[in-house]
Amino acid sequence: MTGTQFARPGAVALAAAVGLLISGCGGAKVGESAAPSGAASSGAKACGAFNIAINPWVGYEANAAVIAHVAEKSLGCQVTKKDLKEEVAWQGFATGEVDAVVENWGHDDLKKKYIEDQKTAVEAGPTGNKGVIGWYVPPWMAEKYPDITDYKNLDKYADLLKTSESGGKGQLLDGDPSFVTNDAALVENLDLDYKVVYAGSEAALITGFRQAEAQKKPMLGYFYEPQWFLSEVKLVKVNLPPYTEGCDADAAKVACDYPPYELDKIVSRRFAESGSPAYQLVKNFTWTNEDQNLVARYIAQDKMSPEDAAAKWVADNPDKIKAWLPAS
Amino acid sequence: MTAVASPRRPARSRAYLTGAVLAAWVLLWALFGGQGTLPLGGAELTPLHERIGQAADAVDAGRNSNPFFLYFVNYIRLVIDAFVTFVQALISSPSFGRPVPAVGWLGVTAVASAVALLYGNVRVALLTAAGFVSFGLLGLWQESMDTLALTFTAVVLSLAVGLPLGVLAGLNDRFDRLVSPVLDFMQTMPTFVYLAPLTLFFLIGPASATVATMVYAIPPAIRVTSHAIRQVPPETVEAGASLGSTPWQLLRKVRLPLAKRTVIVGVNQTIMAALSMVTIAALIDAPGLGKTVLKALETLDVGTSFNAGLAIVIMAIVLDRATSAAGRRVETAHRAGRARSPLWRRAQVAVVLAVTAVLVYLSHVYVWASEFPAGVDAGSFVRSGVDAAAQWSQTHLYATTDAVRNLVTYGLLNPFEALFTGSPWWVVLPAVTAAVLALTTARVALVCAACLALLIALGLWQDGMVTLASTLVATVLVMALGLAAGVWMGRDDRADRVIRPVLDAGQTMPAFVYLVPILGLFGATRFTAILAAVVYAAPVAVKLVADGVRGVAPSAVEAATAAGSSRWQIISKVQVPMARRSIALAAGQGLCYVLAMVVVGGLVGAGALGYDVVSGFSQLQLRGKGLAAGLAIVVLGIMLGAITKAVARRAGAAARGRR
Repeated sequence: MTGTQFARPGAVALAAAVGLLISGCGGAKVGESAAPSGAASSGAKACGAFNIAINPWVGYEANAAVIAHVAEKSLGCQVTKKDLKEEVAWQGFATGEVDAVVENWGHDDLKKKYIEDQKTAVEAGPTGNKGVIGWYVPPWMAEKYPDITDYKNLDKYADLLKTSESGGKGQLLDGDPSFVTNDAALVENLDLDYKVVYAGSEAALITGFRQAEAQKKPMLGYFYEPQWFLSEVKLVKVNLPPYTEGCDADAAKVACDYPPYELDKIVSRRFAESGSPAYQLVKNFTWTNEDQNLVARYIAQDKMSPEDAAAKWVADNPDKIKAWLPAS
Repeated sequence: MTAVASPRRPARSRAYLTGAVLAAWVLLWALFGGQGTLPLGGAELTPLHERIGQAADAVDAGRNSNPFFLYFVNYIRLVIDAFVTFVQALISSPSFGRPVPAVGWLGVTAVASAVALLYGNVRVALLTAAGFVSFGLLGLWQESMDTLALTFTAVVLSLAVGLPLGVLAGLNDRFDRLVSPVLDFMQTMPTFVYLAPLTLFFLIGPASATVATMVYAIPPAIRVTSHAIRQVPPETVEAGASLGSTPWQLLRKVRLPLAKRTVIVGVNQTIMAALSMVTIAALIDAPGLGKTVLKALETLDVGTSFNAGLAIVIMAIVLDRATSAAGRRVETAHRAGRARSPLWRRAQVAVVLAVTAVLVYLSHVYVWASEFPAGVDAGSFVRSGVDAAAQWSQTHLYATTDAVRNLVTYGLLNPFEALFTGSPWWVVLPAVTAAVLALTTARVALVCAACLALLIALGLWQDGMVTLASTLVATVLVMALGLAAGVWMGRDDRADRVIRPVLDAGQTMPAFVYLVPILGLFGATRFTAILAAVVYAAPVAVKLVADGVRGVAPSAVEAATAAGSSRWQIISKVQVPMARRSIALAAGQGLCYVLAMVVVGGLVGAGALGYDVVSGFSQLQLRGKGLAAGLAIVVLGIMLGAITKAVARRAGAAARGRR
């Protein structure tokens, strides 16, 4: 290390000469080929900047990618995508750093805080996607043990579902940290011989189910749709006592299934009142679970970039796009 | 932990005493197991958690009216934002009305290599050039530059704040004592806890990401600088003072020059700390490689996340080697005095700068030097190769991995956890306190008792005990690995050269990269969390043990060899006992690193405090509980830190006493 600390000046000079030589040969200069700027601005009304939050799951990204694509190509907006967790995204409504959240799962607490109390956000209608939360088993189990899909029979399989984590009981793998789960209360109130084990991330849940199906290992876990993984492994839902209005009012006494979620869109008040055509687009945007799953599959399984996936879907579905565009 | 081996009598009676305490604990556990375990369900809150949540809400509400925000925080945000944006405009994002950054890949590589050459040596300069080119080859040039821009800003600002404070702490004992616990707090508080609140203060954007990084990166800057100033021999300072130097002159002319080499170590650690925050800061829209890693995690795309992780590792190794070389150079320059003539040096500098300027100009003007040529794409090979390897191991290895997991879980983890979580709190608290008292001093025992009481007050006793049990098991594994690999590396230079880069990779590869493969192999279990912690913590322990073994006087080893000792006897009777102090230090550092991974463990099935923190970050209702869990982790850190420090001090004293 303490030896020569320098290249010989001669060698350095040589390198410099070579560098100069190369520069003499030339090459394309930066900015020489005029960028095709004016293309986007023609025909569109002033849309300006449009900041869209990207919450960290693929289904959300599918919604956002399609909306961003249409906003850029058809409305000439300057779209900025910001990768944020849900709560952080809602914070951004007040400061104008986030204009829209385009797939919201319930979050009554955030709605109360930002829509009712702070009045910085407003609802922009449903996305058309139906959210389902519940307990799922891998398809091989539903085939081999058809009666497992009824919660009353779960105790029969508690032994099968024992793991090193569940302390002698059956394991219910839970815990995507973004959702409130009633599962601990459910297990208790339905008197099941199970223990809730907190996986702690979506990645952990998906990996668990993927391995369970591939190796025919027993598994019972919390999951939800729409989710891209369901197009890879068609998980089967376990039926809990059906949901009725208000049956989950007291979190400690809940003994029924999760309510169906109408996934919706939230925008900042400022954005809603700006008259931007992008707001009209967000408000009009609706599609089906199948649509979202398709785009999500392009992203997650075919490994397309969200932009390419959106472009492909938009090209295939011009009619649906037309319905979203502001009437003018 | 290491006291048992001590041959002196008081130590032996200490061991007996500790054993007696543990036996009593097990007995009481058998009698009262299951009572007073203070459990708290996943979504349950205590009144304290609710109050903490309300306090956080109050801060939210005051953001736009409070003068503190309007006139202080907002300006900090504006300055940091401008700084980051400027650096990004230079190297990573389209700027100044052009479709590309001001300086292209050739220019950035040239500047980085020139800096490495001027402050380090030729070898490091070549390594730097190769490293920067590899970012382009991996297909991640722009992401890497975003990460570099953010890291650069955070490091510059951390040093601007940290170095002066470090000098102050080095000169003033009272300030040092005051600031030390604050630094502990900053380092052990999990980032997830303050990530969401930070965006309230500094908004979404580069400023928040930079500040989050700085919180973690400033402590080493302050600590090491303070240490460096203290290391300056007092005789030298006195000599300066007797010559009539003012305090300011003493600092500038005597203390700082002599402390320079150690200060560079602090700079090095600051850079490493900043880089380790890259992935987590991506959760609040920090640009760069971290985003690529997190995006890939959503679709469980192991190849892509590994590719980005690899770029982070390369960046860490380049920056580490470059700063280390700079440090060594300062030292040799200091020893040798000015060997070569200033004229010669000036000529060299001029030539290097001229070449660099030419390359920067080229990269500013020509497309080929500005955007990395897209034709060569090593990234796709890395991605598909890693994907195939991950696939193969997940389909073929799980039988073995299941066995390993069950062995550790049933053999080590479950008994530990049963003892900690199954015993009533009024047994655990006195038992731990008594055991610590037997092993160390009354003061440390008092600290432990206070910390355990705090866990109860925070309402997270049982979660805390689960985390404590896992932490201890992980530390035991870390030390087993640290001793085995460390002794091997310390005895064999070739092994050292081969293993060291692997250790660097283990330390700097973001945990999010290997979460999916190990989840595939071991499932969402506590063992997976322990494994993640071991991957992160073992490198530090291994390096410290290796340094300790290498530091054993060669004469002692030669004497033992001459006396006919076998290799095993030399290791067990000479090298390990004489490196005892380093080993105790390794255990302490290993523990800190294991605790730093508690939150990541919460993402892969560890539950307990880690999960509380993660869910507090994700759900508004649980925010108070998440904050409390973060505090509980800090409390555990303080407690375990105090114990290991005391044990290390004793081991050090014993080692010196024996010589």
